[in-house]
Amino acid sequence: MFGNLINWIDERIPMTRVWNMHIAQYPAPKNFNFWYLFGSLAILVLVNQILTGIWLTMNFVPSAEGAFASVEYIMRDVEYGWLLRYLHSTGASAFFIVVYLHMFRGMIYGSYQKPRELLWLFGMFIFLALMAEAFMGYLLPWGQMSFWGAQVIISLFGAIPVIGDDLTLWIRGDYVISGATLNRFFALHVIALPLVLVILVFLHIVALHEVGSNNPDGVEIKRKKGTVAEEDKPKFKFHEYYTSKKDIVDAIPFHPYYTVKDILGVAGFLILFCWVVFFAPEMGGFFLEAPNFEAANPLKTPEHIFPVWYFTPFYAILRAIPNKLLGVVAMGASIVVLALLPWIDRGKVKSIRYRCGLHKLNIAQFVVTFIILGWIGATPQTDFKTLLSQITTVTYFMFFVLLFVYSKNEKTKPLPTRLTK
Amino acid sequence: MSNAPVDNGRRRFLTIATSVVGGVGAAGAAVPFIASWNPSERAKSAGAPVEVDISKLEPGQLIRVEWRGKPVWVISRTPKMLEQMKAHEDMLRDPASDEPQQLDSAKNPYRSKRPEIFVAVGICTHLGCSPSFLQGGFGEKVEGTEDGFFCPCHGSKFDMAGRVFQSVPAPLNLEIPPYTFIDDTTILVGEEEGVA
Repeated sequence: MFGNLINWIDERIPMTRVWNMHIAQYPAPKNFNFWYLFGSLAILVLVNQILTGIWLTMNFVPSAEGAFASVEYIMRDVEYGWLLRYLHSTGASAFFIVVYLHMFRGMIYGSYQKPRELLWLFGMFIFLALMAEAFMGYLLPWGQMSFWGAQVIISLFGAIPVIGDDLTLWIRGDYVISGATLNRFFALHVIALPLVLVILVFLHIVALHEVGSNNPDGVEIKRKKGTVAEEDKPKFKFHEYYTSKKDIVDAIPFHPYYTVKDILGVAGFLILFCWVVFFAPEMGGFFLEAPNFEAANPLKTPEHIFPVWYFTPFYAILRAIPNKLLGVVAMGASIVVLALLPWIDRGKVKSIRYRCGLHKLNIAQFVVTFIILGWIGATPQTDFKTLLSQITTVTYFMFFVLLFVYSKNEKTKPLPTRLTK
Repeated sequence: MSNAPVDNGRRRFLTIATSVVGGVGAAGAAVPFIASWNPSERAKSAGAPVEVDISKLEPGQLIRVEWRGKPVWVISRTPKMLEQMKAHEDMLRDPASDEPQQLDSAKNPYRSKRPEIFVAVGICTHLGCSPSFLQGGFGEKVEGTEDGFFCPCHGSKFDMAGRVFQSVPAPLNLEIPPYTFIDDTTILVGEEEGVA
């Protein structure tokens, strides 16, 4: 009976084939570690954002007059409105935590290297769309930080020579940030960008499954056809789409092995996530900033304005340079240069495990640089911090320059022929 | 279906011609979507001039009024504030107001029609924040100058005539809006004789 139903469906849509190809018989390297949890967690957070977002839309009023009050209404009068909003606002920060860790994983294990360049680029486009989505979402509560944050970010486009002023006017739809801006950001935040994000995530996964996952050893599990002895092949059934083109070693099917592992990751993540939602939804002003509890006032900038924590490293680069156009250019370059990693890194060895000591130091200094920049961007400016931000802006870009130089003739350790534990 | 051989030249011509016509059509169809982001007629007409009563303005005091949605400052400058402005001219980007951030009527050392009354758009020329008025507390930002404006967003500094200091992100002096003295205690912001 049930089998007949499956047959009936399979004759009309490739349900079983897709399930097998991408889940039950999808070969994944057997040595995934902790760092490989963040892809599935990003999907979990995306689902959370879409679901809570739809519910928030039911009570939110997208107008300059009604937005701030409707958020208060959601918080106080709508049943469980506080929970839906805190899930959404905490989810925004969680999204960036998960995505930054996911990107860091790609950096240390060289997952951007050939043949995964396009996979990395789709990921960078997801990151860009996510930043736009978060920025536009932050305007919607129409608090002081919403208003002035948007004022600053939109003014960035004014630094572009010749067309800058007209461009900012076109983006705002008014001479200042106004209800017109709020309404269009609402439309983009709830319809346009989520659609773009979902499509990009789909393409990211399609690209991943075509080339296969990298792994902590950075050694490919797909070998040339006929080079692997029969007893070395794993005792699992993989989809012939993969086995017909390549011989596969050291792989396990995604389901049930990694679905179970990912569920463990989800459980751990949800414990931390719910702790924040219930006990620290503002996270000491990092997830929800204090000035945003005051309605937008176009006549008065808050004494200190900062973007939310996930933008602060890039914001610190902007602030470090005492020239409007160059500051904006440097900030843009700091993101573009990440997208170019597959071509900046000329190394043949992917994983940090087998690369030179300088590479390990370089990645360590990049992490320290990123954290210092994030701290500077989130705190008031002083002369010392201006200097420090200029130094760390240099070390940020130095990561890429050094990588380009030493990766050409790098002294690497010998790669194992098979995956290690 | 005809059995005539495929004429590749004709096929390529038709493919290109169809693509070009389709592309032009798509570009044309994009116009309303892009143009609808421009300020609406209602937003354009909301820029009427505003009257400001300065009869109760104390020396050293700043009041904010809204003009075209922007904060406009009106400040009564004390003689001391006017005096200290001469001392730091070598530290400014544009001490003589050469950039067109004001009308000719305000292109003078004090950037105002009357030295003691200063009118300016209170929006930083860097990224659009509204700088804070540090009265008496500006000395820690610029030594020897007690009063001035400090932008909390990216640390740009302006003196009491809205002139920008060097080595800060803001490129230009603060904008001076067109304004008219209707009488000794009333200013009309947004209109100047002979200028809209």
